[in-house]
Amino acid sequence: MATATDVFARPASASGLWSWVTTVDHKRIGILYGVTAFSFFLLAGIEAGVIRMQLAVPDNTLVSPDVFNQMFTMHATAMIFMAIMPMSAAFFNFIIPLAIGARDVAFPRLNAFSYWIFLFGSLLIHASFVVQQVPDAGWFSYANLTEKPFSSGLGIDFWALGLQMLGVASLAAAFNFVVTIINLRAPGMSLMRMPLFVWMTLVTSILLVLAFPVITVGLIELTFDRLFGTYFFNTAGGGDPIMWQHLFWIFGHPEVYILILPAMGIISEIVPTFSRKPLFGYPVVVFSGIVIGIMGWAVWSHHMFTVGLGPVANSVFTITTMLIAVPTGVKIFNWIGTMWGGSIDFKTPMLFAIGFVALFIIGGLSGVSHAVSPSDAQQQDTYYIVAHIHYVLFGGSIFGLFAGIYYWFPKMTGRLMDEGLGKLNFWLMFVGMNITFFPMHFLGLNGMPRRIYTYTSDFGWDWLNLLSSVGYFVIFAAIVVFMVNFLASVKNGKAAGHDPWDAPGLEWTIASPPPAYNFARVPQVVGLDHYWLVKRRAEAEGHPITEAESYVDPQTIHMPSPSYWPIVTALGVLVLASGFLIEFPWPYIKFPVPFIGGAIAFIGVVGWSLEPAAPESHHGSGAHHEAHHEAHH
Amino acid sequence: MAYASGQLPTTDVDHTYTSTGVNHRKLLMWVFLSSDCLFFGSLIATYMVYRGQSIVGPYPIDIIDVPVTTISTFVLLCSSFAMVQALAATNRNDQKGIQMWLLATAFMGAIFISFQIYEFNAFRAEGLKIDTNLFGTTFFTLTGFHGAHVTLGIVWLLSLFVMGRKGRLGPATALDVEIAGLYWHFVDIVWIVIFTLLYLIGGFDAGPTAGLLVEPSLLAFPI
Repeated sequence: MATATDVFARPASASGLWSWVTTVDHKRIGILYGVTAFSFFLLAGIEAGVIRMQLAVPDNTLVSPDVFNQMFTMHATAMIFMAIMPMSAAFFNFIIPLAIGARDVAFPRLNAFSYWIFLFGSLLIHASFVVQQVPDAGWFSYANLTEKPFSSGLGIDFWALGLQMLGVASLAAAFNFVVTIINLRAPGMSLMRMPLFVWMTLVTSILLVLAFPVITVGLIELTFDRLFGTYFFNTAGGGDPIMWQHLFWIFGHPEVYILILPAMGIISEIVPTFSRKPLFGYPVVVFSGIVIGIMGWAVWSHHMFTVGLGPVANSVFTITTMLIAVPTGVKIFNWIGTMWGGSIDFKTPMLFAIGFVALFIIGGLSGVSHAVSPSDAQQQDTYYIVAHIHYVLFGGSIFGLFAGIYYWFPKMTGRLMDEGLGKLNFWLMFVGMNITFFPMHFLGLNGMPRRIYTYTSDFGWDWLNLLSSVGYFVIFAAIVVFMVNFLASVKNGKAAGHDPWDAPGLEWTIASPPPAYNFARVPQVVGLDHYWLVKRRAEAEGHPITEAESYVDPQTIHMPSPSYWPIVTALGVLVLASGFLIEFPWPYIKFPVPFIGGAIAFIGVVGWSLEPAAPESHHGSGAHHEAHHEAHH
Repeated sequence: MAYASGQLPTTDVDHTYTSTGVNHRKLLMWVFLSSDCLFFGSLIATYMVYRGQSIVGPYPIDIIDVPVTTISTFVLLCSSFAMVQALAATNRNDQKGIQMWLLATAFMGAIFISFQIYEFNAFRAEGLKIDTNLFGTTFFTLTGFHGAHVTLGIVWLLSLFVMGRKGRLGPATALDVEIAGLYWHFVDIVWIVIFTLLYLIGGFDAGPTAGLLVEPSLLAFPI
C-alpha cells in the first residue's frame, strides 16, 4: 500500500506555478478564470477590429472574404463562450463562497476540473488557427452550411468539438454552484436573505444545467453528420436543417439569459451600495429573475421568425417574447427606484452600473421591436440585429462585468483601482460603444445585411460604417486605459481596507484579499444586507466596526488539499475530443485517438476517487467531508 | 423584506434552514440527472421528429424484433430490483449480500448490453447502418448513447463490487451505493421510455409517413 499512497498523495506546494496547476481554492480558480477570460476578450476584440477595418470603407479588400467569415465567427464564439461566460464564472468562483459565508464550493476539485476543461476547450477551438482551418459558419453555425459538402475542412469540427468541451466545463461548474448555493449557506442566510448576485448565479446555473445538454445533443448530431455520414441535418437523407435551428435556439435563448443574468446580479449589488439604500423591492427583483429564467425557455423561435414556421407559431412566440420584457422592465424600474432618493456616490463601479441600465434599456427596446414578428421580417439578418445584441451584450453584460471588476477588485487584491483612470475608462467605453453600435441601427434599417464582406458606395452606408469603425478605436482606448489602471493598481494601488465601499455583503466582513480559509468562524447572518445591519447597530451602540475579522493561524483550519487529478482528467477529455479530428484509414476504428483520451480520463477519475481523504474535515470541504458526515448518522 | 433605515432586527440568530440536509454528492447526482433528462429528451425528440421520414429502407417493421428486446428490457428492469437489494444489504451491513447483489446488478446490465451488441450486429447484417437512412441515424445514436450510459454504470457497479470485496462498503458508506443506484434507476427509466417509443410504438412503422405519432409537418406549424 505504501506505493499506492505515494502515487495518490496530494500535492502540497502552496506557491509557484505548480500550486496554481493543482489548486482547488475557489479564489485562485476565480482568478484563473478571470485572467483567461480577459485574454480571450482581448483576442476576440482584435478580431472585431479586423471586421471593423474591413467594413470602414466601401469595396475594401483588406482581408479576404474567407478570413472575414472566420473573423466574425471566432469573434462571436470567443466573446460569448470564452469571454463573457467565463468572466461571469470568475465572479461566481471568487465571490459566491464569500457571499454565502462558506469555506469553499461544495466540490473544490470539480471546480478545478471545470476551469481546465474550459481552458483546453478554448485552446482547441483556437488551435484551428494553427492548421489554418478556422471555423467560418457564424457563431450559430446554421445547417446545412456546416454539413461536409459545404464546409469540407476541419473548421466546423474544431468548433463543434471545442464547444462540446466548453459545455462540459459549464455543466460541471453549474452542478457545483447549484449544490453550493443550495447547501452551503451560512446560518441565518435563508433564501430570501441571499444577495441578488447569489440569486442570479443560482438561476443562471439552473439554466446552464438544463440548456447545455440540448446543445450537446445538437453538436453530437452535427459531428456525427460530418464524421459518420448520418442525416440529422442533411436533406439528402430526409434530414431537416431547421432541426438544428430548433436545437440551437432552445439552448441559445436560455444562453442569452445565462449571459445577462450574472451581470444583472452584479448591478443589483452595486446600485444599492452606492445609493446608500437597500435594493428597492428585493423580492420582486428576485422573482423577476426567476421568471426570466423560466420564460427564457418559451421564446426561442423568435430567432426563427423568417424561417416560415407559420402565423400561429410566430404569433405565439411574439407574445411570449413581449411578455418576457415585463420582468426585465420590472428590474430596470427597481434599479431606478433604488437610486431614487438615495445619496448616490458616483464611483467607477456605479458609473458602469448606471451605464448598464441606460444601454440595456436601448438594447431591450430594440429587442421588443424585433419581438414583433412582422417588424422582425424587416430586421432579420441586418445590422439592426447586430446593434441590438451589442447593446445587450456589450452595453449589458460587459458593462456589468466591468462594474463587477471595479467593485470587487479591492476585495480580490486588497488595493483600490484608480478612480481617475476608472472614470476615463468608463466615459471612453460609454462614448465609444455608442459611436460604434448606434449607427448600426440605421445601417440595418437601411438594409445592410450582417456578415457581408464588403459593400459598394451606392447603398449610402459609407459614413455610418466609417463612424462605427472610428468608434472601435475609442473602445480600444478604453480597454487600454483599463489595463493600465488594472496593472498599475495591482502593484501600487491605494490600500483598500476590508470594506472600502461600506457595502452590505458578507464578503466585506473579512480581510482583503481574503485569507485562504475565508471565514475564521462561520458567520451568523442577521438579515438581508447583513453587514449594513451589523455596522449600523454597532454605530448605534457607539463602537463602530473599523476592522476586518481578525486573522487566525491557517494551520488550525482544515482546507481541501490541492490535487492534480482534475487537470489529468481534463487532459484526457481534451485528447478524447481532439482525437475526432484525426481520421485513420482503418476498416473498423477510424478514430483511435479518442480511446487514448478516454483511458487518460479514466485514469484521472480513478486517481481522483482514490485520492486519500483528508484526515479531518470542516464545513465546505466537499465529498470527503460528506462521507464522514454520513458515517455519523 | 428589505429593511427600512433604522429598523434593525432584534435577534442575532435566525433558525431558518440554510441547507437542504441532502448530502452534497446526492444533490449533485440529482442535478446531473435533471441535466441528463434534457440530454435524452433532445435525442428522443430528434427521433420522434424524424419518425417515418426515412427515404429508403430498411424501415423499423423490417428489422425491429420486439420479442428479443422485450427479454433484454425485462432483464434490465430486474437489475433495478437487484440494485435496491444491494442498497438494502449495504444498510444492514450484510457483506455477502452487498457483493452478490452488486454483481447481480452489473451482470444483468451486461446481459442487456450483450443483447444490444447482438441487435446492432443483426441490424448491420440486415442492411441498417447509422448512415443508411434517418431511422438508422436516430436509432443508433439514441440507443447507442443509452448503451454508453449503461456501460458506464456497469463499470461503476464493478468498482463498487471491488470496494465491497475489500470490506469497505457498509452502513457508513451506503451513500456510495445509493448514488450509483440513483444513476442506475435513471438509466433504467430512460430505457422504459425508449423501449415504448422506439419498439412498442415505432417498431411497426413501415415506410415513409406510415403510422406517425408526430405529424411531420408539425415541426413547421403549417396552419
